[in-house]
Amino acid sequence: MKLLTGNDLPSGDVIWWTGSGWSRHVEDAADTGTDGEAILAVEQAARRVNGAYVIDAAATPDGPRPAHIKERIRALGPTVRMDLTLKPEVSPEVVL
Amino acid sequence: MYQYDKYDQSIVDARVEEFRDQVKRRLAGEITEDQFKPLRLMNGLYLQLHAYMLRVAVPYGTLSGPQMHMLAHIARKYDRGYGHFTTRQNIQYNWIKLDECPDILAELATVEMHAIQTSGNCIRNISSDQYAGAAADEVADPRPWAELLRQWSTFHPEFTYLPRKFKIAVIAADEDRAAMRLHDIGIQLVKKDGVLGGRIFVGGGMGRTPMIAPEIKNFVTADDLLSYVEACLRVYNRYGRRDNIYKARIKILIHEIGADEYRRQVEEEFVAVKALGIDPPQAEFDRITAFFAPPAFDAGASDAIDRTDPDFAVWLDQNVKPHKQPGYAIVNISLKKTGDIPGDASADQIDVMADLATKYSFDELRVTHAQNIVLPHVAVRDLPEVWRTLDAAGLAAANLDLITDIIACPGLDYCSLANARSIPVAQKIASRFADQGRQRDLGELKLKISGCINACGHHHAGHIGILGVDKKGTENYQLLLGGSGAEDASLGKITGPGFDEDGIVDAVEKVTNVYLGVRADGERFLDTYRRVGMEPFKEALYG
Ligand code: SF4
Repeated sequence: MKLLTGNDLPSGDVIWWTGSGWSRHVEDAADTGTDGEAILAVEQAARRVNGAYVIDAAATPDGPRPAHIKERIRALGPTVRMDLTLKPEVSPEVVL
Repeated sequence: MYQYDKYDQSIVDARVEEFRDQVKRRLAGEITEDQFKPLRLMNGLYLQLHAYMLRVAVPYGTLSGPQMHMLAHIARKYDRGYGHFTTRQNIQYNWIKLDECPDILAELATVEMHAIQTSGNCIRNISSDQYAGAAADEVADPRPWAELLRQWSTFHPEFTYLPRKFKIAVIAADEDRAAMRLHDIGIQLVKKDGVLGGRIFVGGGMGRTPMIAPEIKNFVTADDLLSYVEACLRVYNRYGRRDNIYKARIKILIHEIGADEYRRQVEEEFVAVKALGIDPPQAEFDRITAFFAPPAFDAGASDAIDRTDPDFAVWLDQNVKPHKQPGYAIVNISLKKTGDIPGDASADQIDVMADLATKYSFDELRVTHAQNIVLPHVAVRDLPEVWRTLDAAGLAAANLDLITDIIACPGLDYCSLANARSIPVAQKIASRFADQGRQRDLGELKLKISGCINACGHHHAGHIGILGVDKKGTENYQLLLGGSGAEDASLGKITGPGFDEDGIVDAVEKVTNVYLGVRADGERFLDTYRRVGMEPFKEALYG
């Protein structure tokens, strides 16, 4: 599957396209199929996202899992400061 | 310490207001990200893996107590309660909000700080010896020269759009504590027949094509120094490549045309530059130098110290260095306690260090390229109290220059350019070698980790270096041996195939075991490597 991600313009937070808007949680991300670039253009022009791009991901029972470790760390937060991540309770190994 | 005059203050204040307006226009959609990005980068604001990152300049690594308190305040009010001290003697905040950034810069400006020229293809923050003004081995204080270069390079119209970023270091001792020869220009102040001048090294750097700067001029008198540096920049600005980012640094230019040809062109240019009269009048240089006058040391201070507490004694031996003034010492505060993130300090810890500076170090601190903090002027009689306070704040790790005093860049935990994580590797190695006796037995061993080829973690200059690479989507780590950023500068060599995260920790242990087995009396790891070569280490790793 394909996901669309970028950063929220004023806060810089990592955000994911949900099909109708943006979420800080990758679990909410929707498969953009072949529409990613078109959505990106509209959303960036409307300043609802900054630095957006399309990535590969796999559908899993727990939600979309980005294909590359860099995106998995983006989705979670720094593995060395789990207290600052979106899921302080999980093991940092989840990004591996 | 240098204090802003009305010109310094007004240009920094004006820049804050200019950036405030640029941010407002970006948020209102009046300018695009493509237009805004170079503007925010000129103000040290990057978009990193999780958020905006702000890099604040610490000129030549020197800070006052109130400036350090301000860094803590920024961490607390605008970030998530901590900051990261970098190998460029700066500080970075990882969780900055764009709409709050102008307020942060305005607050920084109240203590004469800013984020100007911490990014972009300009002359970056000047770096220097963290022991400047305190070391017994310096021929002069390098800080007035660093400050002069700061003023000269700030908004220098000719050098605002160089082919690539440009880093300058100034030192004034034979012992190189600032990795001087790994800068685009390295200046070593020296005295020749009683006259002060500089040795000029040009074309060093790390990154994907590491080079040790060749000596371009063995002596430039002090009153020609600025003109000579300007000539060095001009030749680069004219001929440095702008067509290929990987070939744009001055080291590539010098490598391609040769040091002799580069020197010839600089000498020619110098004649033209000298006629412009840019070297400061003596009165102006004296004005700057006066800010760096030695503090009011107690002339009768004693060097006597009670070493009965064994933990204190170990810290004294490892982290405290001799001062040029009898009865005083240089205190190194390691930000590398086992489990720590190298270079990170909490807002509370930053406040503790600021208070100690105010109370015990004539209000001065330094940031080191090894991501530690220095209190440069502490009376020996105050060392026990300083140590107790540091210990209570988790800042008394007695490991300066030992294997656990690891330089590590932010890596894939924070950096959008990274291939692999650096920090967890540093933490695992630090845990493996946590035993105090073990690390002290290994002696001086500089271990440096970068999360990608850009080499912010100085892996090329590590006695042991580690480089994170991307191996088909998984993290992999190459091991390098034999680098040095000191006066015996050398570049590390890759041992062979890389390792996974646990494998690299084992690999480091194996090479230290080889060292322990073959070292001669008094040899550091680096000395042994240079004597026996790569083979015994390779054999242990891959044999
Ligand atoms: S070396 Fe690479 S990963 Fe590390 S901070 Fe620099 S750019 Fe980022």
